[in-house]
Amino acid sequence: MPRTHALRTQVQCTVNGDEVDFLCADETSLLNALRDELGLTGVKEGCGTGDCGACTILVDGKVNCACLMFAPEAEGSSILTVEGIAQGDELHPLQQTFLEGAALQCGVCTPGFLVAAKALLDENSDPTETEIRYALAGNLCRCTGYDKIIRAVQEAAVQLNGASK
Amino acid sequence: MTVTENPRTYKYVGTRPVRHDGLDKVTGKARFAADLDMTGQLRAALVRSPHAHARIVSIDASKAEAMPGVKAVVTGADFADLDPTHPEFDMAVNLMARGEALYNGHVVAAVAAVTAAQAAAAAAAVEVDYEPLPAVLTIDEAIAKGAPIANTTNRTLFSGDAEPSNLASVNEFGRGDIEAGFEAADIIIEREFRTAAVHQGYIEPHACVADCGQDGKAVIWASSQGHFAVRSKTAAALGWSTDRIKVIPAEIGGGFGGKTTIYLEPVAVLLSQKAARPVKLVMSREEVLRATGPAPATKITAKIGATNDGEITTLQSTMYFDNGSTKGFSALTGAMSVASYKLPNLELHAIGTVTNTARSAAYRAPSAPQAAFAVETLIDELAQRLGVDPIDLRLQNAVVEGDATAMGMPHPKIGFVETLEAIKNSDHYNSPVPEGAGRGVATGFWFNIGEQSSATVNLNEDGTATVVTGSPDIGGSRASMALMAAEELGLAVDRITPIVADTESVGFTDITEGSRATFATGMAVVNACRELIEELKQRAATIKSADVERVEWVDGAAVIEGEDRLTIPEITAMAKNTGGPLTATASLNAAGAGPSFAVHVADVAVDEETGETTILRYTAAQDAGTAIHPSYVEGQIQGGSVQGIGWALNEEYIYDSNGVMENAGFLDYRMPVASDLPMIDAIIVEVPNPSHPYGVRGVGETGIVPPIPTLANAIAAATGVRMTSLPMSPPRLLAAITGGADG
Repeated sequence: MPRTHALRTQVQCTVNGDEVDFLCADETSLLNALRDELGLTGVKEGCGTGDCGACTILVDGKVNCACLMFAPEAEGSSILTVEGIAQGDELHPLQQTFLEGAALQCGVCTPGFLVAAKALLDENSDPTETEIRYALAGNLCRCTGYDKIIRAVQEAAVQLNGASK
Repeated sequence: MTVTENPRTYKYVGTRPVRHDGLDKVTGKARFAADLDMTGQLRAALVRSPHAHARIVSIDASKAEAMPGVKAVVTGADFADLDPTHPEFDMAVNLMARGEALYNGHVVAAVAAVTAAQAAAAAAAVEVDYEPLPAVLTIDEAIAKGAPIANTTNRTLFSGDAEPSNLASVNEFGRGDIEAGFEAADIIIEREFRTAAVHQGYIEPHACVADCGQDGKAVIWASSQGHFAVRSKTAAALGWSTDRIKVIPAEIGGGFGGKTTIYLEPVAVLLSQKAARPVKLVMSREEVLRATGPAPATKITAKIGATNDGEITTLQSTMYFDNGSTKGFSALTGAMSVASYKLPNLELHAIGTVTNTARSAAYRAPSAPQAAFAVETLIDELAQRLGVDPIDLRLQNAVVEGDATAMGMPHPKIGFVETLEAIKNSDHYNSPVPEGAGRGVATGFWFNIGEQSSATVNLNEDGTATVVTGSPDIGGSRASMALMAAEELGLAVDRITPIVADTESVGFTDITEGSRATFATGMAVVNACRELIEELKQRAATIKSADVERVEWVDGAAVIEGEDRLTIPEITAMAKNTGGPLTATASLNAAGAGPSFAVHVADVAVDEETGETTILRYTAAQDAGTAIHPSYVEGQIQGGSVQGIGWALNEEYIYDSNGVMENAGFLDYRMPVASDLPMIDAIIVEVPNPSHPYGVRGVGETGIVPPIPTLANAIAAATGVRMTSLPMSPPRLLAAITGGADG
């Protein structure tokens, strides 16, 4: 029987510390591959056009919208999603301060905010309020008005700095 | 922060525990509807009208059906044929056109295929022959003499008129003598206001999965504000009985009123039935913006009169609210929201229009923000003309218990005066206005609703508890349910698991809307707990062979004759021998919803070269009645404030001359981001609602009402320009400043 569609491409990369491989069509977005092929549904789709940040992931340590990358572009890279932020059953300080500070309501934008905020704190351990607001300006939240999110990131920075001293 | 003394203090109510569903939401485990996949599942895609108004001459799906992977196609012919007077007629026609496409983006057919890409390709191959019809796109076009009819099934509500019309409803009410009111006035101010349609902007697009079995029954996993409503609306659209449908609530990624109606579920069920496989249907963001939700565009004229002593003598207003493609109640609720001041003479005409634009949906205090823009701007001008403090002028005219609402009924116990005083006494209001900036204040009112709720409280064998309700949790209400149950039972809040159960596992519960979940469903939880406590006392009496009359419930334990004590775990451990499982259920139609008032103050700076408004400081006070979980009350106040800020400064639907939305994406439909904003200081006022066991009023909606006039008044103070149309975006504000004209 003749083939009716193109065979899929195999992609190999590291996701949340684990070596993985998956098959995808060349035009598949990395977002769809993470969700549909790897079951990482913590990576959310809010717009599909890179405007809302709900699918924010780190690719080799850099903030990216998974919806703006083709899945084959992930070949050989190291990806971090919200599912990989906690160390085992120990939450990252950001996860803890988001919980304690009520920095989420519906929670659909929360994974993207956590990843973007982690990227900020990885690079800048003591950001100003303005620096936090600009670092998170690519992430839309419609529930909180951002107030408690900003405070949760400030509190996590304090905790991380306290732990490193 | 919380001001005013709540007369009662509680052990759990008013504390800030970590929400029970929080861990799943910070680790990515929480499952929203689009995160669910079923074995053998198909993906679906929708075919949407490219015309704002057109007759559907024919639909030919034969090419689509022959494409790889395609398993089912449905069109309007597959759905129940409802009479236009059926209460779900407009909802049903909106989710699948019948004979006419009523707006650009109206669904005309749907396709299910093995992959999403196959479904999209097949949807594009469905051939629809349209005969374009004249389209009506704005309020002015709808009410023009000789205008084409936008939707021939529309009859004006409350009119008894049998002819098709572009008026959805005409509501008129008032009191006193409007002319005498103006004659008694020393100052009269009249203006016309316009606002564009805006979207609720929830980050999660609409999504569902449906699985229709061989037995003709369907299971639906849905993201909604009310899964019982998903069931009843799906049943109506399909002509099914409700017992054929089970709806399982997924986590909901924001609703704000926009997920009180449905768009997808009946379509997914029919596709699943035809294909005999589960079907997943997820909207794109563009679809969400083009074809769901917008809050009505408005045109409002308002005229106010007051004496030189500051007594408002009269208010007269004509308000047009555009419902989009079908009738609705937006005009009525807009008029009902004019209820904050003693108005001896009042005349309101509230008119809903029908146009060939997307069918509007509820948005947080529906229609009140637009009405408040008009009324609160005029009050601000009055204060300015009279040379009095804008809060003092409002205090002088503020309604108190017993004063008339817009429709004439008296206000119950309310906290408007206390909320005004909270801002008047705030650090913000008592700090100097920054150099070059302007300060504005405004107020908002929402009546809130009760409606039907059910709750079951189960005590487990080890003395932990499960609180089961049917209210989808859109902002932390599960934590509130657990806190009220903890207070009643005297059980630590982390020993209680609050869940939202499916339509077959808990009693009927109305939609999470009208700020009702913590109020009404909370009352059902409290009632179930109180019934459970009576049973616990009986069990304790049995265990101790005591008279139940001598048993009291104190701090989580039965106390027998003032000494012997039996805790919940001790009683549940013996449940088998004392009468069986410990469970109680309560259901109610809650009366006595408590109106909530809000007062906001903002300092803004306007860049006179770009027209950009920067908010320097923002403080919002709101009467919560009693704050069950203060962090989530603050969250409602802050979130509502920022939605209102977006509405005021940037958000708007922009249509081209063919009725095509030109900014159907988050890049061009510009919602506020973190760098646009300062902190939002939330002040919780507590004037308990006497109709609720803990004094809850409901806090979800009122926070969105004051921001538009607050910012308009602040911009006026900063620039001297009164903006009367929204949004007050940089180009419009710049034109108003440089041209001296209204925006």
